[in-house]
Amino acid sequence: MDITIKYFGLLAEITHCTEETISFSKGTAAELLSILYNHHPNLLGKDFKVAQQMELIDNNTKITATEIALLPPFSGG
Amino acid sequence: MIMNRYNRHIILSDIGLDGQNQISKAKVLVIGAGGLGCPILQYIAAAGVGTIGIVDFDSVEVSNLQRQILFGSTSIGQNKALAAKTRLEDLNPTINIHAYPEALTHKNALELFINYDIIVDGTDNFNTRYLINDAALITNKPVVYGAIYKFEGQVAVFNYKNSANYRCLFPNPPKEGTVANCSEVGVLGVLPGIIGTLQANEVLKIILGIGTTLKGKLLSYNAKNNQTYTISIPKSDYTISKEAFYANNSLEFQCTTPIKHIDFEKAIQLEKVQFIDVRAPHETPELNLEHCICIPLDQISDNLHRIDKHANKVFVCQSGIRSQKAIAFLEKFDYKNCYNLEGGMQSIIKNETTYENR
Repeated sequence: MDITIKYFGLLAEITHCTEETISFSKGTAAELLSILYNHHPNLLGKDFKVAQQMELIDNNTKITATEIALLPPFSGG
Repeated sequence: MIMNRYNRHIILSDIGLDGQNQISKAKVLVIGAGGLGCPILQYIAAAGVGTIGIVDFDSVEVSNLQRQILFGSTSIGQNKALAAKTRLEDLNPTINIHAYPEALTHKNALELFINYDIIVDGTDNFNTRYLINDAALITNKPVVYGAIYKFEGQVAVFNYKNSANYRCLFPNPPKEGTVANCSEVGVLGVLPGIIGTLQANEVLKIILGIGTTLKGKLLSYNAKNNQTYTISIPKSDYTISKEAFYANNSLEFQCTTPIKHIDFEKAIQLEKVQFIDVRAPHETPELNLEHCICIPLDQISDNLHRIDKHANKVFVCQSGIRSQKAIAFLEKFDYKNCYNLEGGMQSIIKNETTYENR
């Protein structure tokens, strides 16, 4: 299935887009991330959290939604 | 007078005179009077929040004026908490404003927090964000969180009515130097205005008990395309005891980046140099240098305003250990160009003896 990945902050700069659509058969968040790391090696080692259907998920969660967001921490004030 | 000042609030059926009284009874502590702190403070003061605390050790610089809208040219060089208090007292002389011109530390956080109902995070560094989170958990206070990056911002309400806290979202601080702040990468001036105003709005909703807050949610806002994205944050089982909190105190003195060492000969040749002697007042020999100030290590958080951000800073103690702790502490507050006088005063004495014996 096609999944839209939304990138925020520094992650959008690394991937040069605020969102992109990739093809992903099925699997966990960790498996999805390994595909993303292949596309964008500079994402490796960056701090961020994954959200699915507007809820924070961990790496073992199965990807079922068609929209996933990657959110990094911001420090500025 | 009160009826007049708050008329536009009072005629709202959701607020009314009762709501306005609730606002005037509220006590809100704002940490950081910078890009986020300024709009937060401006709106909660105008709204009539009866007691407002402002914590900031930093002083106003000309590069702040692009976004820190409480300050003007005449505020440059003044402490931000004090300058903000002066401006806000003019805006609303009917409320109580307490300025704390000091850094928030493990030492003062809990005693400050217990005097307030709501804590607002307008800081610009992760160390203080985690400190605020943990202190708020211990004192059981809600935190209205805001953070910004270039054109994007985040807003959340943590630890409110048993909701998630910041560590449920990001359990530990990112590695030092991996996430940039505004002074390093820039920020659109209006962005903290938007995010800070959203924070002020959350504060007022909590006080009034109206609408839906961002409790347990993180809102992301992008100023470039006006898109928002809100996620919910499940509550983790993270807790912290008072003992563990105070034990973290030592983290404030841990070195995370390599410390630059310098010997005395080279140190005195540095351009625009400030020597900072972190020994206790009774320790000898004295360091008789023109650009030297004495701040004992345990008082450094209360004296940050005396340290020149733009100078080359050489930290001195007896043997060169405490001076490293001072540098590690100051790095958390974005002080750069810090040098450690290697071997401390002992190395100077030793060298002098060597010279005499020649």
